[in-house]
Amino acid sequence: MNAPFDAPLPNPIRPAFDTAAEGRMIVNIGPSHPATHGTIQIVAELDGEKVIRADVHCGYLHRGFEKECESHTWHNLIPYVDRLNYCSALINDFAYCEAVEKLMGIEITPRCRYLRTLLSEYSRLADHLTCVAAGLMELGAMTAFLYLVMMRDWIYEHLADLTGARVTYSYGRIGGLARDLPEGWLARLEEILGRYNEFVGRVHGLVDRNRIFIDRMRDVGVLTTASAIDWGYTGPILRSTGVPRDLRKDTPYLAYAELDFEVPVGIKGDNYDRYFVRMCEMDESVHMIRQLVEMLPGGPISVDDRRCTFPEKHLVYGEIESLINHFKLVIDGPRVPAGEVYSAHEAPNGELGFYLVSTGEGVPWKVHVRAPSFVHMGGVHTMLEGYQLADIVPTFGSVNMIGGECDR
Amino acid sequence: MEPAVFADLRARLPAAATAVVSHGVLAIGIARDDLLPAVRALRDDFAFDLFLDVTAVDWLPKTPRFEVVWHFYSTTHKVRVRLKTRVEEGDAAVDTLVSLYNAARYMERECHDMYGIAFRGNDDLRPLLLYEGFVGHPLRKDYPKDGEQPLIPMRDPERPA
Repeated sequence: MNAPFDAPLPNPIRPAFDTAAEGRMIVNIGPSHPATHGTIQIVAELDGEKVIRADVHCGYLHRGFEKECESHTWHNLIPYVDRLNYCSALINDFAYCEAVEKLMGIEITPRCRYLRTLLSEYSRLADHLTCVAAGLMELGAMTAFLYLVMMRDWIYEHLADLTGARVTYSYGRIGGLARDLPEGWLARLEEILGRYNEFVGRVHGLVDRNRIFIDRMRDVGVLTTASAIDWGYTGPILRSTGVPRDLRKDTPYLAYAELDFEVPVGIKGDNYDRYFVRMCEMDESVHMIRQLVEMLPGGPISVDDRRCTFPEKHLVYGEIESLINHFKLVIDGPRVPAGEVYSAHEAPNGELGFYLVSTGEGVPWKVHVRAPSFVHMGGVHTMLEGYQLADIVPTFGSVNMIGGECDR
Repeated sequence: MEPAVFADLRARLPAAATAVVSHGVLAIGIARDDLLPAVRALRDDFAFDLFLDVTAVDWLPKTPRFEVVWHFYSTTHKVRVRLKTRVEEGDAAVDTLVSLYNAARYMERECHDMYGIAFRGNDDLRPLLLYEGFVGHPLRKDYPKDGEQPLIPMRDPERPA
């Protein structure tokens, strides 16, 4: 307990290399560095300013998510999964709920299906706004950052109106959603989307053909399609290499099969393409949200299934069956039939998969998350090696590593 | 409707002959020693080019204790395949897939961290989400949830530094 605090701290990592060749040097970047979002450590061997090889270490935000999941009921995990990719928490909610629903054989109601799709795209918009804004800010484009973050903040406040929280919403429920849309929510949605073109258009105007931006982003962090697939890349990073691989098109889930949208792709898989693919995906998301508002049917938002859906409060207080039902769901948790499932959604960063194993209890036997950020960290050194030290910042920004889902 | 590639797999891959489709994923139980040839066939003959995931399930107190689970995705057929194999606690080792997929490097390190599964032939199983010197494998069922191994000494509130 009382070890001396001036004693040297043990090194939590063992770098893959610790001796540099003649004329080269090793620098350590992170884990806490002002220009990288996310707590990540990069040990790089440099020749002058050129990165010769890089060893990327993650895990500084590891909090035992999967272990913790094994001792809470299926419902109680929803606030935890929110904290994976905290820039688009709703998508984690819906991907997790859908995996549990598959195990239970539940088909959600039409209104829930369209609402989940709408909110997934709304979250994707917020996530891409954050990623592009942070990436631009790290290159010094403070004005563009403020435009995008203003948009994002409207979305956050709008979602807070719906869910009661700005970032971690806990809004999904197994078999439905926490509550229906409040009055006037769709009108405000149209107000926010109405300003989208103006704000994102300004960013296009500021940076797309900006000499400094192009010099920093074009032909930096280049990734080929073959290499991206070999290293497990999915999402906008894979699409930036020129292939339209998108789970929303390839294995349609929720209401995506009924929507009209394009899958934007890049040309050469560099930082500029990753920026542009995200910008175009936001346009598609807005287009999809507008379609979904038109398609949104009425009806209940949760299935009428006593195995998972909580009874209405007035019934809990009014009749003994609902009271017992409520207690059983809280204390024992929903009984999920024994089995295993892998279910994946197209999260803003790529394939977000949940592998769940149930033994028929109210508590999962195992929850495993196939987090896109984690997989991307395994291959990110291929995008850093051969470029300048200063390129680490924009390249890393374009990968959009989110510590919450990477380290779990 | 079942994708054609699943029928093809059942016909041509011996391990998959009796495999069932579980929630859209073809789940193939496989003998440990057949892993590498089967995965090579999956990748080269059936176009399962994306290595999605590797993890393990601890079935304590059943034996064999661990089940190692892989997921693959085909960007051509747009379907997923799951491979599973059981290993004993005393011999918790499977072949590495890093020679076939580079994506396996990080994920095998994580699985080794969390379950202590050795991936034979992967020469880089350094701790990844855990730190150097961590004792044990936290996702094993016999590892206590509240087990603490602080790397930095706890600060004594009575005696500020």
